[in-house]
Order: sequence, then C-alpha cells, then structure tokens
Amino acid sequence: MTAETTTTVTTTIDARGSFCPGPLMELIRGMREAEVGDVLAVLSTDKGSKADIPKWVGKAGHTLIGVFAREGFDEIIVQKVR
Amino acid sequence: MQRVVVLGGGVGGTLAANLIARKLKHEISAGQAKVTVVDATGSHAYQPGYMYIAMGSERPEKLVKPEKSLLDGNVELVIDTATRIDAAGGTVSLGSGVTMAFDQLVIALGSRILPGDLANFEGEAHHFYTPEAAARLRGALDAFEGGKIVIGIAGIPYKCPPAPLEVAFLIESELRQRGLRDRTELTFLSPINRAFTIESVSDMATPIFEQKGIRLELLAGVSEIDAERKVVITDAFEEHPYDLLICVPPHKGAQVLIDSGLAPKSGWLPTDRATLQVKTVAKPAPGTADEDVPRYLNVYALGDTTDLPLSKAGSTAHFEAPVVAERVAASVQGRAPEAKEATYVGKVMCFFEVGDGKGTLLQFDYNHPPKPPKPSALWHIGKIMFNKTYWRTVPRGRV
Repeated sequence: MTAETTTTVTTTIDARGSFCPGPLMELIRGMREAEVGDVLAVLSTDKGSKADIPKWVGKAGHTLIGVFAREGFDEIIVQKVR
Repeated sequence: MQRVVVLGGGVGGTLAANLIARKLKHEISAGQAKVTVVDATGSHAYQPGYMYIAMGSERPEKLVKPEKSLLDGNVELVIDTATRIDAAGGTVSLGSGVTMAFDQLVIALGSRILPGDLANFEGEAHHFYTPEAAARLRGALDAFEGGKIVIGIAGIPYKCPPAPLEVAFLIESELRQRGLRDRTELTFLSPINRAFTIESVSDMATPIFEQKGIRLELLAGVSEIDAERKVVITDAFEEHPYDLLICVPPHKGAQVLIDSGLAPKSGWLPTDRATLQVKTVAKPAPGTADEDVPRYLNVYALGDTTDLPLSKAGSTAHFEAPVVAERVAASVQGRAPEAKEATYVGKVMCFFEVGDGKGTLLQFDYNHPPKPPKPSALWHIGKIMFNKTYWRTVPRGRV
C-alpha cells in the first residue's frame, strides 16, 4: 500500500543499486511469473527507469499505476493486464 | 605453504594465474606457495573469434590452444570440474572426488549459454556463441537468397554486448556485396529503450542502423519463438516474422556458484566493484547498503563470473586480472597491496565492427563512458591484429 494509491501491491521488486537496464529486465522477468491482475512495484535508484519502464509498460499493454519519488529512489507501480 | 587456486582457464583465470605466479616466483621456488588452475576442458578458447567463423573469415581450429601451453611454467594445471565451493571453509570439491584446500581462491568460471531455456530456440534460431553454431550460421547465410532476417537478444546480460550489432552490420554489408540486399528485410530487436546499453555507444550506432536500412525495434527482447508460424514474439507481445533468425541465447553464471549458495539463481557472483572480492551473501535483503555486505577476504572473482554492471567480455577480465593478482600476491607475501594496482576502476576496451571494413573503439571505466571515434579502417584492422596476436600477448600478460 502506498500513500498515493489504494492499490495493493502483489510483488515488490527491489532493483535498487542495479544499473540500466537492470530494473526493467527485473520487471519483465517478474511480469512473466505474475498472474494477470497482479500489481508489481519496482524500486529503482537508476534515473533511466522512470522513463524506460513506463515506455515498456505502454508498449506491452499493461497498466502504469504510477511513478512515485521516494527517499533516494523511485517506486514504479504496474498492473499486469495480459 | 600458501595454496592459490584459480577456477577457470579462460582469459581471466589464465592471465590472473600467470601474473600471480610471476609475482610469487621466489615463494614458489622456495616451496612456500603453489598456484593451481582448475579447468574443465584443458583447452583455452578465444571466444571473440567465433563471430568471425559466422562471417566466413575465421577457422575454428585457429581459436583453440591447450591451456597448458599458455600457462607460466610455475602454474599447475588440473583438468577437472568444480562441483562445490566452500568459500568460508576454504575448500573446492572436484568432479573426480578430490577436495582441494585453498588459502586464496580466484573464481573465473565465465558464463554459460542456455539456448534450451527458450522453447524452439535450438530448432529455429542461429547464434555465434560456439564454433559449431557459428559454422551453422555461416552455412545458413551461404544458402540465404533473400527474405526476412531478424536479429534479437533473449536476455541481458550476455557475452560481448556489441556482438549482435556487429553481426547485423556485417551481414548487411555482406548481403549488399552479394547483390541480395534489396531482396532482404533486416530487423534488429533491442531489448532496451535504445540500440545499446551504454548511451554514447547507442548514439554512435543508431545512425548506422538508419544508414544501412536496418529496422531497429526498441523494448523488444525476444520472449518466445513460434516455430510453426516462423515468428518471434517480444517481451511486449509484438510479432516479427523471420526467414532466418539469429538470436543471442539466454546466459547464466556457472551452476556451481548457484549450487554452492554463492550466487543467486542468475549465477552471477556478487563481487566488490573495486577490490573484486566476492561478497558473502548471494542475495542481500532488500534495501541493504552494498558496503554493509561483508566480503570474503581471500576469494576473488573476475571476468564474466561477476555481477558487475560491465561488459561480459575478455577485455574486462584482462583489466581485472592485474588487480586480483596484486591482491592475492600481497596476501601470500604478508604485505599490504599497492593501492593503485589493487583497485579496479571498471576499465574495459574493445573494438566494434560496423561493416564495410570499418570499426571503432570503445574504451571506458566506471566514471568515464566511451567516446567512440568515427568508424574507420584503422579500428577494424586493429581488431583483426588483436585477434591474431592474442595468443602471444594477453594470456601471458604481455599487454
């Protein structure tokens, strides 16, 4: 649960400390293992993630719930649609 | 007696063992130290040459030599497979049933390709990560008379990051020379949001895709191969039909590292970016600061084995080996390592072919991204010369 959303996160992928494209690759791996409807949160310290991950999410047809700036990292929350 | 054990006889293991033996020459002759390389095959392969088998300009027999012929006379070679590593207890179990004790351990076990991890890969996709596969790709290119060629990547990280781009550029040149270019549609599938992981290299390569008329698809990692319909399906569910499919297979680190609890499921060994010491926890708890993860003070990793965010390439191992050698030798000699020599700054240097007899150079470290010079014949010739002189230079520590 986050301050900005009432969505319950199914899985959190902590990719902090991982460099581009690590967080995106971790999310893609997580999405393959997730069920449709699951909500995944990616924690990333890589500045590129907040641009690259939403682009991939859009291309793959999933739902981007939001990109939230946390203390020292970004949290990107995504719902698996297909 | 101080026992130094090096696992793996690739670029990193061979060079590290030779440099350590050189630094410990007196201790070895006095019977106070021993350096042993454990290698599964006893053969040393020059893997960067495989791509050239596929391009028709290299022969497999030129790319392999007996490991023993490359090792310093003071290094012992054991042909065996490590089946278990007890890093804290200081032992390595071997396939033959022998248990080797070590005082200093160097892990240079490289990476594994796992084509079987992607359904239909083995029947449908070509690659150039073994001499046999590269020769098969050459055969397929020779038989190719036009159609759709798709070049893709099934997972990051993989060996030699520029290689699939180089292959795309070299095949485009070849097809033009053979008069097949206007009968061929070439597509390159990049798994990330640009052509290459490093931004400056991507900026250099992207216009080359445009000039050569190679369609560049981004965020398009290969996820499935539909053999019946001859279609590649990407991570983002897009489909790309092919007549000839070339794909970088999935990669992982050595199984023994996973089995020994040293590495997570990926097999890449958690490694300190500066000292190259192995970290004691395979997968730290979320949010753990890197500096809070203790290191094994006498266990090092180099080359493809590590989880460092660097190219999995012989060049990385080449520049890491002197750091490992200095640290191991200093421990054996009971002295502090020379700070500058014993700190890895992320240095990597490699050539990058762009086709039509031209290439460029990628030289970088943790703090300085590459600034590739304008592609020219010079760097292409540089790469060919480097490949030809490799046996006499790199493993022996002459460059």
